[in-house]
Amino acid sequence: MTGGDIQFDRQGRLRHLLTLEGLSRQTILEILDLAESFISVGEREIKKVPLLRGKTILNLFFESSTRTRTTFEIAGKRLSADVINLNVNASAASKGETLLDTVRNLEAMHTDLFVVRHAESGVAYLVASHVPAHVHVINAGDGSHAHPTQALLDAFTIRRHKRAFNNLKVAIVGDMLHSRVARSQIQVLTTLGVRDLRVVAPKTLLPLKVDRLGVRPFTDLHAGIEGVDVIIALRLQRERMHGALIPSAQEYFDLFGLTPERLALAKPDAIVMHPGPINRGLEIDSEVADGSQSVILSQVTNGIAVRMAVMALILGPSVEARSG
Amino acid sequence: MKLLIHNGRVVDPLHGVDAVRDLHIVDGLVVAPARDFSADEIIDASGLIVCPGLVDLRARMRDPSPGHKATFESEGAAALAGGITTLCCPPDTEPVIDTPAIAERIRTRSARTLPAVYPLGALTRGLGGQQLADLATLDRAGCVGFSNGLQPLRDAQVQRRAMEYAASFGLTVFLHPEDAALRGNGVVHEGEISARLGLPGIPEAAETVAVARDLALVEYTGARVHLCQLTSLRALEMVSEARGRGLPVTADTAAHYLHLSERDIGFFDTHCHVRPPLRSLEDRDGLRSALRDGILSAVCSDHQPHEPDAKLTAFSHSEPGVSGLETLLALMMVLVEERQLSLTAAIATVTCGPAGLIGIDAGHLGSGALADVCLLDPGCRWILTAEGMISRGRNNPFIGREFGARVVRTLIAGETVFRLDAAGASYLSSANTR
Repeated sequence: MTGGDIQFDRQGRLRHLLTLEGLSRQTILEILDLAESFISVGEREIKKVPLLRGKTILNLFFESSTRTRTTFEIAGKRLSADVINLNVNASAASKGETLLDTVRNLEAMHTDLFVVRHAESGVAYLVASHVPAHVHVINAGDGSHAHPTQALLDAFTIRRHKRAFNNLKVAIVGDMLHSRVARSQIQVLTTLGVRDLRVVAPKTLLPLKVDRLGVRPFTDLHAGIEGVDVIIALRLQRERMHGALIPSAQEYFDLFGLTPERLALAKPDAIVMHPGPINRGLEIDSEVADGSQSVILSQVTNGIAVRMAVMALILGPSVEARSG
Repeated sequence: MKLLIHNGRVVDPLHGVDAVRDLHIVDGLVVAPARDFSADEIIDASGLIVCPGLVDLRARMRDPSPGHKATFESEGAAALAGGITTLCCPPDTEPVIDTPAIAERIRTRSARTLPAVYPLGALTRGLGGQQLADLATLDRAGCVGFSNGLQPLRDAQVQRRAMEYAASFGLTVFLHPEDAALRGNGVVHEGEISARLGLPGIPEAAETVAVARDLALVEYTGARVHLCQLTSLRALEMVSEARGRGLPVTADTAAHYLHLSERDIGFFDTHCHVRPPLRSLEDRDGLRSALRDGILSAVCSDHQPHEPDAKLTAFSHSEPGVSGLETLLALMMVLVEERQLSLTAAIATVTCGPAGLIGIDAGHLGSGALADVCLLDPGCRWILTAEGMISRGRNNPFIGREFGARVVRTLIAGETVFRLDAAGASYLSSANTR
């Protein structure tokens, strides 16, 4: 049986990043601190450090993505690695090659790190449990399961604005049922000590037994965001209307759309986040998305530093060598 | 030919026998013990349990089938290694068992050195859920019951007519209670694991809604119905209540549901992808007590061998099912060791229990019975390995697990057809090796 511990090697070091489940507070803080040190790299004239020179990173995307793929690519390049992008949507899969065959072929090209995105939950685990010991895997989103680097960059962004996690009130609003981002956010925020974590959505968009994940479910937006420090809006896929999960975009926005009036219910200094891409007028009003409390674009910038940190931690020289 | 199985603990639940004694076999049939029995061959069964050969109510042999998953010979050998001498095969073969020709073809696969096979006939033509199969004709061709396999009957009127028609001729209808719409694209139990792993969930209601409909139609049509593979505590309560009112309903489950829960999926272990899904620990415990209370009258392997690639993919894309012939009895013995179930009750659910459901003379050791016998060593500790499996499908979630009892010898009509050698490796009688 594949276990959560395949993420760590025998010395307890992070070998793959597949989920945030099982990561200690210490490891998460180590990643965030390292990301902090990489922020300045992006602000320099020469945006490069030689940490991963000679390493090959393969962005293996079985599902399309712009932001995530691009920020992984930039992160790898800023660390001086060779980065190759591969969209497998149409090529190998349509020729009947199995997923693992695709991976084995690419592995034979001496890839050091696979950054994997796939529409099905669990694929990053499948890949990680079939690569040789020197090959690493980062999950760039698998189905509705996990998107660990996104959640880490969200935690990083929150920390830059809020510092201490344990007194924060955080509300995640939207389609939690299908959201890999929300699942990873819940793991990172509960590990970092957030005690008041809420998810807000109609029951059709909340998993059964969501309370087991350490969150309080709300079906009323007003009650759910009252007095919170952080609001995270989730993307609502338009196809959810077809599965009888919600009646219409209009009714969803009426009940759960984040408008300036509703934002006023949160703390005055509350920040608004969104993993993107945004559906303006569906889950969030433009005035909020572009407003002074929105940190949506800093999330994207921070994403590069956080992904550099994860790559450096997994693939780079040991911590001692870095600090020496 | 006189065979003496000497000094074993004979467990024959149908006749209430549990005693250390000799078993006398003459020309392939069990005979009453006689004082001066001069045997041609003696098998020393000291320290062993001697029970009837197992009757597996649901095993897919993948034969006939165009695929490469297994053959009747490969799976027959695996069955014998698991002590199974009789098995019942669902109609979802390719082609489907909806004509007498296919039914007879399957019936005649039972050679003398392979398990006896009884087919279940298709309830509707091609399992399409629209037109009834020729039930009476199939019955005459040897089908012991009728089922639509895992294809749910979406149309309640077709189900009602099928049950009425079957009731006219006293035929038993096997149903897999699962509401297709509620199952949707689900692959795991809707509960804490679907919430955690983000896998599409199958609600408990997919089972209970179907059971409610099935029971209402039993009451309405008077058909004798067997509910296959129940997994939820609530469904068991409904069946128990219906039986209390005298409805002609029986039920079974598969061995893995008695031992695993949704939690065993861990991080996407596709070997735990089964249909219906593994449910909560409470449901698993409910199944165990239903077994003690007799609400479940049989436990089957629900054997579904797969090629490795079927499981080496994304959880949602992997094919459900367990290659379970070789662990059926071992898993029942775990329940005995854990004092969940008496030895007699455990043996009954895999011998006379299922035999009674399909009305065949098997699964017991009474005088005159065919001497299909399983010799089980209750002190043999062994670990299930993929390499050690005989089935062509190595998709078994218990690989790596240690068991405390093992089949050491299997006889069909008094002939040894499987024997475990001293090194623990198994060998097969020449007729079974190809």
